[in-house]
Amino acid sequence: MMVSQLTRGEREVSILIAAAVALCGLALAIAGRNDPLGVHGAFVLVGGVALIAFLLSRLDSPEPDVSLRPSEYYDDPIKVGIALSMLWAVFGMFVGVWVAAELAWPFLNFDTAWLSFGRLRPAHTTGVIFGFGGNALIATSFHVVQRTSRARLAGQVSPWFVLLGYNLFCFIAVSGYLMGLTQSKEYAEPEWYADLWLVVVWVTYFVLYLRTIARRKEPHIYVANWYFMAFIVVVAILHIVNNLAIPVSLGHAWSYPIWSGVQDAMVQWWYGHNAVAFFLTAGFLGMMYYYLPKRAERPIFSYRLSILSFWGITFFYMWAGSHHLHYTALPHWVQTLGMTFSIMLLVPSWASAGNAILTLNGAWHKVRDDATLRFMFVAAVFYGLSTFEGSFLAIRPVNSLSHYTDWTVGHVHAGALGWVALITFGSIYTLVPSLWKRERMYSAALVEVHFWLALIGTLIYVFAMWNSGIVQGLMWRTYTESGTLAYSFLDSLVAMYPYYIARTLGGFLFLLGAIVGCYNIWMTVRASPAAAETAPKDLPDARWAEGTATTPAE
Amino acid sequence: MAELFHRKIERTAIGFVLAIIAAASVGGIIEIAPLFTIDETVEEAPDMRPYTPLELAGRNVYMREGCYACHSQMIRTLRDDVDRYGPYSLAVESRYDHPMLWGSKRTGPDLARIGGKYSDIWHVAHLTNPRDVVPQSNMPSYPWLARTSLRTEDLGLHLKAQQQIGVPYTDEMIANAARDALGQALPDSDYAAGVQERYGDKAQISAFDGVTTELTEMDALVAYLQVLGTLTDAAYENTVAPEEAPDAEDLAAGSATTSGGR
Ligand code: HEM
Ligand code: HEM
Repeated sequence: MMVSQLTRGEREVSILIAAAVALCGLALAIAGRNDPLGVHGAFVLVGGVALIAFLLSRLDSPEPDVSLRPSEYYDDPIKVGIALSMLWAVFGMFVGVWVAAELAWPFLNFDTAWLSFGRLRPAHTTGVIFGFGGNALIATSFHVVQRTSRARLAGQVSPWFVLLGYNLFCFIAVSGYLMGLTQSKEYAEPEWYADLWLVVVWVTYFVLYLRTIARRKEPHIYVANWYFMAFIVVVAILHIVNNLAIPVSLGHAWSYPIWSGVQDAMVQWWYGHNAVAFFLTAGFLGMMYYYLPKRAERPIFSYRLSILSFWGITFFYMWAGSHHLHYTALPHWVQTLGMTFSIMLLVPSWASAGNAILTLNGAWHKVRDDATLRFMFVAAVFYGLSTFEGSFLAIRPVNSLSHYTDWTVGHVHAGALGWVALITFGSIYTLVPSLWKRERMYSAALVEVHFWLALIGTLIYVFAMWNSGIVQGLMWRTYTESGTLAYSFLDSLVAMYPYYIARTLGGFLFLLGAIVGCYNIWMTVRASPAAAETAPKDLPDARWAEGTATTPAE
Repeated sequence: MAELFHRKIERTAIGFVLAIIAAASVGGIIEIAPLFTIDETVEEAPDMRPYTPLELAGRNVYMREGCYACHSQMIRTLRDDVDRYGPYSLAVESRYDHPMLWGSKRTGPDLARIGGKYSDIWHVAHLTNPRDVVPQSNMPSYPWLARTSLRTEDLGLHLKAQQQIGVPYTDEMIANAARDALGQALPDSDYAAGVQERYGDKAQISAFDGVTTELTEMDALVAYLQVLGTLTDAAYENTVAPEEAPDAEDLAAGSATTSGGR
């Protein structure tokens, strides 16, 4: 499938790129022969060579008719992106359940380095955020930008480069943690060579996106694309600034960030919080602004609210990172600024959530009957909830209780499971049938099953962590009448075990739901295509249903 | 009006991207840049020293194993934090930390002042199997650390890299890095004397893992743990009283029963 839409010339270009990547791998393998770096070099080399072999074997297969291109969308990379996203979802969530179980039953570390909690935890966060979330964002952004611009992606090879290059980054990252390679910066753990590679991939993504928008047949850029653009641009800025580092040598995987101490803390959480903002929020809002109105077959409630919330989020979020550093050695004025902007952030956040929910006004019967739409509705509700919780946790006195506890983890997963994962599943269930030209998903009942597993799993997880976090926070600060601390640290740990077990169960249900989803998608893809007459027309020149859902109501 | 203006910028992708960059840059610039220029941000501490090569290697083990995922190294200015862990952390204490390891989650206790609190033997036993010394602990065991010999031949390069980003390692320290790593875990050797010459009398020389025939990752990690909180005395001087937890009374009322500190 990958090559059938490429001309012979494009296949040759792909081979050259794969060869360049393989050569980079070879160079790393040689320079790092006494270091884990060499292992990564070897992986890259083998991957590059395998890709070359694959491309060579198809070099002479039939070529596509180039003249048809302008009148067709380019969907192959999207299909592969969705498959990769679901694979990463299962991997990342499985690791999540595993690390959750390790905290409840520590023998599960099996005295083995690569299985130990500290190395697996970043494999979980990277697997779900970048593997699952990132692939879903790339795939849906490729879809949305074509449909809303009514133009084909501005490149044949570059979408593949972005998608596969990005997955190479994720693979290097996760395999690196298992070998003990990490910068230890949360959500920016991969080492310098992986970071450099991501810059190359990301710049290509940016150029591809802008060039596609430049081809649009609509005068205006649709809201969803604003968010995807903000996601791409700002993530690039954050990534570069936070990852500036100097390697021990060109033959070492290890590096030292140029920032230190308090400045490093501020840069890290400016990055960390805005990874939440522009990766886990802006990108997924882009998804929401397209697939939710599409599925509900109603235009977005308010264009004005869209503008307000977009610029509010883009401007306010960047000030809020310092709420991760309350009561620390960070100067007080920065903490105060962070708190203030975090509270103001509630306005654009709720404007987005409200805009989504009000869009469903008049379509409530669909929300009731259609689990796919319900996924997106509940996601918008969780988005509202977790942003409210976030603004609340950013208040200094509240944070004095919640910081360092499981409350933060509960907040994270209210956002990550309830918002990020649910909006993604809803979007994917909307996208898959149209992409593969099926009338509907293989089984509506299984979508329903997935929905309930996901919702119940999320609720168990989040309630367990709210409880454990607040109990923990209170135990730490409780004094006896004689003015000594009432509980040892160990007392608070012992109190956590029941919640850790409950969380593992909740996570397991959520994982089960994702597996059901994979099966359902697989069966949909395998089903025979809908008859040509019944399949909706989805071509750049057909002004199909697009118009109604993506033009503002006002 | 505003809406009309927006209708305009929606028509140009480049314009829109520039607007995003402008809107998104302000916060970071205003909050981050002054941290480098305002002198009070980081306190003066003339006694502050960088890590010895062995401690630095131990710090890298700490990062590699992901200890930071469960342990913070940042005592907040709150009374209960201070009562439990010691004087609150100052910015200067992590001045040479590339990267900082302040952490964001306490599945285990804070470690900012763990240095000297337990013996070396306790740490070795605890790291080898935490449940041998703390039966209810959920911390992973790290038995491989005592079995893995420490890579020292490239420690000079590590120090060199740190020197380039502003850590005050001298060329002499860089040249002797591997030797100093060995010396710090070999009490009474010639090598050991060199460590104190270069890093001061307070640098601890000890057979950290109890075995002097081989330098292991366990030696390095324990050396690192034992130095935490002892690189400078600044936190014990001239710091203001910690803050009362803002709502401690209301929240904790009546729930205090058992006694005993940590
Ligand atoms: C099957 C579902 C999941 C389970 C069982 C799970 C479990 C866990 C566990 C046990 C931790 C470590 C908490 C700690 O250190 O105390 C964690 C951290 C984290 N997980 Fe998940 N997770 C799941 C799904 C997800 C998803 C879908 C996302 C994102 C889209 C996500 C994002 C994160 C993040 C960002 C952290 C770090 C939190 C922090 O540093 O405060 N997780 N997860
Ligand atoms: C208005 C919006 C939001 C605000 C003001 C906000 C605020 C906060 C605060 C105060 C913390 C705790 C910091 C600490 O004590 O360490 C936090 C942690 C976190 N939040 Fe939010 N939050 C918001 C929305 C979200 C959303 C929608 C997500 C989506 C997934 C999310 C993901 C996270 C993550 C991953 C962390 C943990 C970081 C870490 O410690 O590793 N937040 N947030």
